[in-house]
Amino acid sequence: MNIILSNATDEPIYAQIARQIREQIWSGSLASGAPLPSIRQLAKDLRISVITTKRAYEELEKEGLIDSVVGKGSFVAGVSPALLRERRLRRVEELLEEAVGDSRALGMGLDELVGLLAILYENGGSEHE
Amino acid sequence: MSEQAIELRQVSKRQGAFRMEDVTLDIRKGYITGLIGPNGAGKSTLIRQILGMSLPDAGTVRVLGMPMPEREDEIRRRIGFVADESPFYEHLSIRGMARIVAPFYADWDERVFRTYLDRFELTAGAKIRSLSKGMRMKLSIAIAFSHQPDLLIMDEPTAGLDPVFRRELLDLLADYVQDERRTVVFSTHITTDLERIADYIAFLHRGRLQFCEPKDDVLDRYALVKAGPDLLDREVRRSFVGIRETAVGFEALSADREAAVRLFAGYASVERPTLEDIMYFTAKGEPSVHA
Repeated sequence: MNIILSNATDEPIYAQIARQIREQIWSGSLASGAPLPSIRQLAKDLRISVITTKRAYEELEKEGLIDSVVGKGSFVAGVSPALLRERRLRRVEELLEEAVGDSRALGMGLDELVGLLAILYENGGSEHE
Repeated sequence: MSEQAIELRQVSKRQGAFRMEDVTLDIRKGYITGLIGPNGAGKSTLIRQILGMSLPDAGTVRVLGMPMPEREDEIRRRIGFVADESPFYEHLSIRGMARIVAPFYADWDERVFRTYLDRFELTAGAKIRSLSKGMRMKLSIAIAFSHQPDLLIMDEPTAGLDPVFRRELLDLLADYVQDERRTVVFSTHITTDLERIADYIAFLHRGRLQFCEPKDDVLDRYALVKAGPDLLDREVRRSFVGIRETAVGFEALSADREAAVRLFAGYASVERPTLEDIMYFTAKGEPSVHA
């Protein structure tokens, strides 16, 4: 598991951790059943607060991506690839919904938004992968 | 067993011109709490109450579930205390000093002590008087860790420490709380890397506790707003905790991030503040009490 924290972003630390673990589960580099470091070990390794790592794990638990067993630690949940794909699709939908809401507020029409989306898609923009 | 390592209830203390007033504070067991505030905020006074080095004028103090000062001896044996000014005998060697300190603690572990001396590059034969400020701090820390206390209290521990050792201290403290049972409290008046690992932040200002909350909640709740001077009308001014104005603009702290985003999105930059920002603007904004 790789986690790289940046101080040069407005994204909260817990969100950075959750996002990076989520991406590694989605990409398959963290397989289902794989153990995650304990909350306190991860806090130590990253030199951050225990509460911050706890919050990141809780976020992932809520999403159903990891399971925590008292006394045993946290593991990547046993989710099927089809389910993972569905989750990712839902997330894309959510992000698009937000973009639609914002563009409506700005008075952007559908054509304009689709045009913008086409440009972004052509440019191959993915900041995380 | 109590969930709290330290419980203060309406503690007040007057010391010369200084007054600590009505401080009620819980320090959670198993976590690292940073006690922050400008000079003269009452951090050391608070620590002295916890250690039983001075008694409150009013209020009660419980440490590790036991009342202070009734069970002071028992409590003190289970606390490791690292102070800004080390109470060492100048003419003794490090080894000699340890011989004096060790009998006070039932759980003193000489082997652990030696390990820390090695790790901190301190020589057992070196005289206390020859030690630099940073080396004295390291010795204090080595002694505190060597009797395996349940509660580690550090008053301005980074004073005199170089950045390299400060980072090593982060690892030591993280190791120390791995067992989820031990508690660390440290005080500081400057923002340091120590705050990175703090789970809770207790903020003291002018003898009063402003808040004690998870650090992430504090940083999420406040917002730093930066914009040109024309945005500052009386209404806007009133919404801030503190403002720093210049000819070219202003910087201000809002205690309500969501409201700040709603109000200023598109007009001003709304950023995540640091703890130092929060400390600075709270101290600065103080006299402006609007009825």
